[in-house]
Amino acid sequence: MNIHEYQGKEVFRKFGVPTPRGIPAFSVDEAVKAAESLGGKVWVVKAQIHAGGRGKGGGVKVAKSMAEVKELAGKILGMQLVTHQTGPAGRKVGRLLIEEGADIRKELYVALVVDRVTQRATMMASSEGGMDIEEVAAHTPEKIHRVAIDPKTGLKDGEAEDIARKIGVPEGSIGEARELLKNLYRVFDECDCSLAEVNPLIVTGEGKVVALDAKLNFDSNALFRHPEIVAYRDLDEEDPAEIEASKFDLSYISLDGNIGCLVNGAGLAMATMDTIKLFGGNPANFLDVGGGATTEKVTEAFKIMLKRPGLKAILVNIFGGIMKCDTIANGVVAAAREVHLSVPLVVRLEGTNVELGKKILAESGLPIISASDMGDAAAKVVAAAKG
Amino acid sequence: MSILINKNTKVMTQGITGKTGQFHTQMCAAYANGKNCFVAGVNPKKAGEAFEGIPIYGTVEEAKKQTGATVSVIYVPPPFAAAAIDEAVEAELDLVICITEGIPVRDMIRTRDRMKGRKTMLLGPNCPGTITPDEIKIGIMPGHIHKKGRIGVVSRSGTLTYEAVGQLTALGLGQSSAVGIGGDPVNGLKHIDVLRLFNDDPETDAVIMIGEIGGSDEEAAAEWVKANMKKPVVGFIAGVTAPPGKRMGHAGAIISGGKGTAQEKLAVMEACGIKVTRNPAEMAKLLKSVL
Repeated sequence: MNIHEYQGKEVFRKFGVPTPRGIPAFSVDEAVKAAESLGGKVWVVKAQIHAGGRGKGGGVKVAKSMAEVKELAGKILGMQLVTHQTGPAGRKVGRLLIEEGADIRKELYVALVVDRVTQRATMMASSEGGMDIEEVAAHTPEKIHRVAIDPKTGLKDGEAEDIARKIGVPEGSIGEARELLKNLYRVFDECDCSLAEVNPLIVTGEGKVVALDAKLNFDSNALFRHPEIVAYRDLDEEDPAEIEASKFDLSYISLDGNIGCLVNGAGLAMATMDTIKLFGGNPANFLDVGGGATTEKVTEAFKIMLKRPGLKAILVNIFGGIMKCDTIANGVVAAAREVHLSVPLVVRLEGTNVELGKKILAESGLPIISASDMGDAAAKVVAAAKG
Repeated sequence: MSILINKNTKVMTQGITGKTGQFHTQMCAAYANGKNCFVAGVNPKKAGEAFEGIPIYGTVEEAKKQTGATVSVIYVPPPFAAAAIDEAVEAELDLVICITEGIPVRDMIRTRDRMKGRKTMLLGPNCPGTITPDEIKIGIMPGHIHKKGRIGVVSRSGTLTYEAVGQLTALGLGQSSAVGIGGDPVNGLKHIDVLRLFNDDPETDAVIMIGEIGGSDEEAAAEWVKANMKKPVVGFIAGVTAPPGKRMGHAGAIISGGKGTAQEKLAVMEACGIKVTRNPAEMAKLLKSVL
């Protein structure tokens, strides 16, 4: 799960990670009031969407008067913000963060992720703040410093100071940087983050070390113990089809193509998409119905797939293990009847009770195209989609 | 021979009284020599009771002492599953197979840290388990698709393992063992560990290795194969079509920071002498071609 920058900064402040003062705003009036209440002479108007690259896309602007705050807030609120992470359609801006201006002396980078090789939380930091870190990693990997953190001790004083020096924090600010980095690890660990990124982390003219940005992603498996984080969820930032699917415990992701896929198991679902592509088609979605699919779940899955404009065909690929093929076949038949299936349907069944499942499909009288294996299924669904 | 488990393995089930634990314990006990293999259950609240004739003990330690079980399989719900692994490690079991899906990564980081220097091996979490056909099945895979034989299968994905096994059986090629290592980012045995076991197993002739997007375990395994493996390995990687930044069902299946793409993995595997297919319907056919 992702949250907005202003929410991330609320979390930061709770854990003692310094941020600029700022107030979220949902309208132009609120933006002006926020700037007035912050005071000062310079404000930053920042679009709040769940995607990076907002500055380059025109979603972050500096205002030097109240009139400018009003003008910029009016421009940014409601705009379709396009960044390298939003795709060409962009994302509509519904929230702003109005922040006090910062006196930036140095821009640095710091992030925490889980490293699979060491099986530890790893802090990555660089002197090259404000830049796309993937570019830095590709061109000047020596400028990225890493430390794998022992879960028993957390980030140690010496480790934090060492990394602060390596990325060019001035000597007088090392103590402050150390505390910030240690607290940032506590955010990552105690909130069950999968990513905590600060880009840029700045050193101000006065030598203060401040998180100018906040990007937090959370481990969805751990949300059960973080109601305070779940409360930050912004459904406007999520795909409606994915929200609908999650209500029925279906793992669904929208893709660009026109062939719907319904599969059991994440690996087989990915492999099914790959096979469709290999045979010249384009999958419309990833959909894992899981091990315990019921008729209701299969019906909902069909409804979600069929809502998609431009859908040309559906492929059901099931390797019945614990889930029996006759159960799935009954679900497919019931779903096809209930939703008035308007596109060709190719079904490949294998595994437990496969003969019974095939018989149910054949006797249903529905125009179901049956396939013998994955390759056959992909070839048939691609032909049907073109057809 | 086989790897990890055989018909003489004694198994305890942690979480035997839950719906999933009950169902799969019944299925496993009914498979091949299962009746003699599944000797204990663990539930602190139901010690002294029994499930289908299998005695339930209060702790892993007690179950081990009373029955001689050296392997545990875990169906405990996600918030408590890491602690269940810890208990099995403390009791010095040989192998823990964690089926539970959805354990927080933070819990697994701590559990893996506690396992350092301990003798216990971990398979999973979020895995289908492992099977040695006609001997023993520990996990949630459908037993009847398997056939005893000399091909090893190792995979991160459950149903894709079944797919490979089903294809092999259809071609008349049996399996020595099939191992699902699971789809989580922080886990126990990896491709490289299972390949090492297959390499040392005199009853395995060749291996199908199935990976998916995310991480770099397949690359590490491929490098190891190039340097050490004496038997042919063929491979498939799921997720060529997966877009970056989207988690494809498994917590570990995500392309992040441009790393962990299927193309990258396939290229490294090919460079290390592993024959790969881009068509998952042809995994067994490819394997047959290298025998």
